[in-house]
Amino acid sequence: MAIKNILESVRQTLFEAMSRDERVMILGEDVGRHGGVFNATQGLYEAFGEDRVVDTPLAESSIVGIAIGAAVGGMLPIAEIQFADFIHPAVDQIINEAAKIRYRSNNDFGCPIVIRAPYGGGVHGGLYHSQCVEALFFGTPGLKIVAPATPADVKGLLTAAIEDPDPVIFLEHKASYRAIKGEYPEGDYYVPIGPADVKRVGGDVTVVSYGMTMHYALQASEELSKEEGIEVEVIDLRTLLPLDRRTIVESVKKTGKLLIVHEDNLTGGIGAEVAATVANEAFMYLDAPIRRLAALDVPSTPYHPVLEQAMLPNKAQVKEAILDLARY
Amino acid sequence: MPREIVMPKLGESVVEGVIGKWLKAEGDFVDEDEPLVEVDTDKVNAEVPSPARGIVHRLLAREGETVAVGQVIAIIREVDEEVADLPAGESAPGGSTVANGSGGFAPGGSVAAAASAGVEPLARSPHLYSPAVRRLAAESGIDPATVTGTGRGGRVSKKDMERAIAQAKERERAVVLSGSHESRSVWAPEDESGSASAARRPLADGDEVLPITRMRRTIAERMVHSKRTVPHAWTTVEVDVTSLVAWRESIKEEFRRREGFNLTYLPFVVKAAVEALREYPILNSTWEEDRIVIKRRINIGIAVDLEDGLIVPVIKDADQKSIVGLARAIADLATRARAGTLTPDDVTGGTFTINNTGAFGSILSAPIINYPQAAILSMETITKRPVVVGDGIAIRSMMNLCMSLDHRVLDGAVCGRFLRSVKRRLESYDANTPLY
Repeated sequence: MAIKNILESVRQTLFEAMSRDERVMILGEDVGRHGGVFNATQGLYEAFGEDRVVDTPLAESSIVGIAIGAAVGGMLPIAEIQFADFIHPAVDQIINEAAKIRYRSNNDFGCPIVIRAPYGGGVHGGLYHSQCVEALFFGTPGLKIVAPATPADVKGLLTAAIEDPDPVIFLEHKASYRAIKGEYPEGDYYVPIGPADVKRVGGDVTVVSYGMTMHYALQASEELSKEEGIEVEVIDLRTLLPLDRRTIVESVKKTGKLLIVHEDNLTGGIGAEVAATVANEAFMYLDAPIRRLAALDVPSTPYHPVLEQAMLPNKAQVKEAILDLARY
Repeated sequence: MPREIVMPKLGESVVEGVIGKWLKAEGDFVDEDEPLVEVDTDKVNAEVPSPARGIVHRLLAREGETVAVGQVIAIIREVDEEVADLPAGESAPGGSTVANGSGGFAPGGSVAAAASAGVEPLARSPHLYSPAVRRLAAESGIDPATVTGTGRGGRVSKKDMERAIAQAKERERAVVLSGSHESRSVWAPEDESGSASAARRPLADGDEVLPITRMRRTIAERMVHSKRTVPHAWTTVEVDVTSLVAWRESIKEEFRRREGFNLTYLPFVVKAAVEALREYPILNSTWEEDRIVIKRRINIGIAVDLEDGLIVPVIKDADQKSIVGLARAIADLATRARAGTLTPDDVTGGTFTINNTGAFGSILSAPIINYPQAAILSMETITKRPVVVGDGIAIRSMMNLCMSLDHRVLDGAVCGRFLRSVKRRLESYDANTPLY
């Protein structure tokens, strides 16, 4: 099996999807001739032409709005938002239009769009190139939100997102683009939207995460296993909405201890929903309070590298938090 | 709330520090960030500031003492707080409470990413059990107050309860395996199996080493004890079971269809034996230091072979069962023995044991008595042999019965009479014998 990084996986999956189905099209800023500011769409313009890989003006609301129109009209559009930080002008289109079309039309129309965006910090991105936006859309029924962390999950979930008859927000952690490599499955490969993945089995502590922090959790778990004999169960959510409550609850019933880690801010992050679910459904199995590790509640990821380090959860903090919980 | 002060990590790889000098005494007021103690490590000596404002309630480490990073070294209470007194010199195992951004004691650590709600310093009350602990307590019946806690601050954790539950199961299993509450504990300090006293011989190439399982060790200890303390005598009789065999052959298919299990010869032997035991109750007894106790109940142990050993479940009040009742009890105990689901009640209280060694083709055996019983009977294989009948020779189905007896309680005469009684009954079983 080939080894690819996250970026290559995105690109290859897009290529395969566009080859398979001519309804698939991409639109966004610099996606065509430039091949994307991260090179995520490199080569697609040359392969499929300007009708299917469309360079748009700098106008996020229109990018999503046009994609919605094309979707209702029979295309399978993939709208790229160049950085998740720019998605805000498109929120009205996403929440008021895309999410509600099926409900509003009484199932006459669906809106099979994918909105792709690089998210997350740790790359000196400052205010407008580091944001996590999942919490904004988390409370909107009618949307699906997906945030895979491995190349195989990228292929499986992006394929599923493109084929999904309803809107899917597909989040790619930009720090993982080149840093995370893994096996990229050949041929047809599909991961259903919804189920989480237990990336590591253990009996002492459950860690729920997604994106880059999930990788920190895996690394910390290996170290803790060797150093302390503590066995951590790591659950990669992969899909944020709908949340795989069952996998999480089953794991906590086994371990009795839960740590949720995400890079998004603590308050109102999706960790709160996970915590409430577990407190409700696994109360008699809890051996310790439910803990959350997340970014500080400050208005922005700092530009200064020391402050950025201090604000975002890192591997050392994840490890310390797991150890602390294991010792409770 | 009283605030625990922990040994800080004064360097990247520092794991412990030595209390150099306390700069405050118990009862002194200390302000936030005021130096509290001098700590020496192999990298750096430092003055450690207090993270909290208050009164030094208790100093938990002595000057010159080496303390691990994270261990609690002092308690500070608020200025007008009453604190229930902690035993002097107590320090919490496993150290720190996690406070939100814990006052900069962990460089590069928790000042940074927000951890949700600093956990309250763990209350010292031993009765604060988590939901998981309470659930396990309710399910198992084990009181957490009786369990040693290894969680933070001595808390009884879920793992501690799981351990206690596993230990209770082990103890129950040990009872099942050892077969008797009254008999010597399998944990007897004098090693009765003799294995420890034997010097370890060197292994040769290709030798296979098997660990000794609990079952094996239990069997070993009981066998050695029995042979060492009970003077075994042995006797045997031949039994002509031709009619029994003929009868059983004729009814066995129908029996299987009706009852759902096979009718073997064992229940007949058991029936004959319990009736003979009623005639000669001295064989259903126990030798003790200063008396012989004749047991009223006749509880027959049936040896069942398992994959890696043997176990002897007991048919209680076997004298009150019919032949079919005995057959059914034997089948049930054997099934449960092989499934590992026998209870302690199933393996205790036996007064006499019967062993079907004939199942393996044996024609004579010298079984080892199951102390505190006085005797053990083995039934051997049934073979067709030419024997003298009257003045002629006939081919008869013959079965030997062997008996080992505790010669302190029993003599050859009474055993001979007992065996003759068993033989007489077995030789009389035929189509007229009531099964039910």
